[in-house]
Amino acid sequence: MDNAVTAKKKWWNGGYSPFSVSYGKLMMWYFLISDAFTFGALLIAYGTQRFMAEAWPDPNVVFHSFPFMGHTNLPLVFVSLMTFILIMSSVTMVLAVHAGKYMDKQAVTKWLILTIIGGLMFLGCQAWEWTHLHEVGAWWGRNPFPNADGSAAISTNFTDFFFTITGFHGLHVTSGVILNIIVLINVLKGTYEHRGHYEMVEKVGLYWHFVDLVWVFVFTCFYLL
Amino acid sequence: MAHTHSAHDKDAQVKVIWKTFWILLGITIVEVGMAFVHLYTGFPSKLWLNSLFILLTIFKAFYIVAEFMHLRHEIKNLIMTILMPLLLFIWFIIAFLADGDSQKNLRRNLSPGTPAAKEAPAAAPAHH
Repeated sequence: MDNAVTAKKKWWNGGYSPFSVSYGKLMMWYFLISDAFTFGALLIAYGTQRFMAEAWPDPNVVFHSFPFMGHTNLPLVFVSLMTFILIMSSVTMVLAVHAGKYMDKQAVTKWLILTIIGGLMFLGCQAWEWTHLHEVGAWWGRNPFPNADGSAAISTNFTDFFFTITGFHGLHVTSGVILNIIVLINVLKGTYEHRGHYEMVEKVGLYWHFVDLVWVFVFTCFYLL
Repeated sequence: MAHTHSAHDKDAQVKVIWKTFWILLGITIVEVGMAFVHLYTGFPSKLWLNSLFILLTIFKAFYIVAEFMHLRHEIKNLIMTILMPLLLFIWFIIAFLADGDSQKNLRRNLSPGTPAAKEAPAAAPAHH
């Protein structure tokens, strides 16, 4: 692949990809743009409702629990752990991509397995969080949390958006884990070694990082702001 | 990028990956730390705190996209074709949040029991 950028090279004259990436990677990028707009639309709809509301629950009160800690007040701690897990799995993913560039099958296998474990840990955390919130009475159409100013909740917008958006993100993590498992199987079977490159790892890597990227925004919008 | 498959190059790239990780982790710790500081001291004010959170979120997004997704090292054509459509978000966010805010004010001003605005002075007799 000759993609050294020289001053003379005319990218749009044909003969090679004007983007200097393979078709598959370009299409993954385009898919991610469309997905970014889907998540963006959901988050902006949430923001619009929040701007429309006279009062809104305080995230530090809603999200204050940690597994096995009973009623200890630990705002933000659990979701920080979830964020850490996802960032960590992003690192292992990029290390798998990196190992793939050097055709290092053993390292790709190791880092992919760690990425899958990270994804499953994140999903486990989310399952616990949802279960806990459901136990205290929150669900789609049910909002037990008083507003930050002390007034009682008059709409279920808060819980509706929370479960829809974190659920949609969790669905993305789930499909990311499934894709990673499929790619791992192919790595172990030697499919990519036979093919001569590990580009498929790069493509699922892009998807995985995007899921991490979305979480950065979900984390800010729901837990911090 | 033309990779020269030398061991030195390889190590340098791994170094960048870990550096990015520490940056992301550091920013997250600062965010959570600031949230706690605000919780216990009320400083900084909510407006400043939220502005800081949004700024730090954008930093994190930049590092994920630039380094982990490798976009920084792609050619300009690709960077532009990906980032330009996302500029729509600037309009998208401003328009919708402003709309939400205006809706809130309309509801507040028009809800039953709200004192009616002062009646307009009676129209002056029409002149012919």
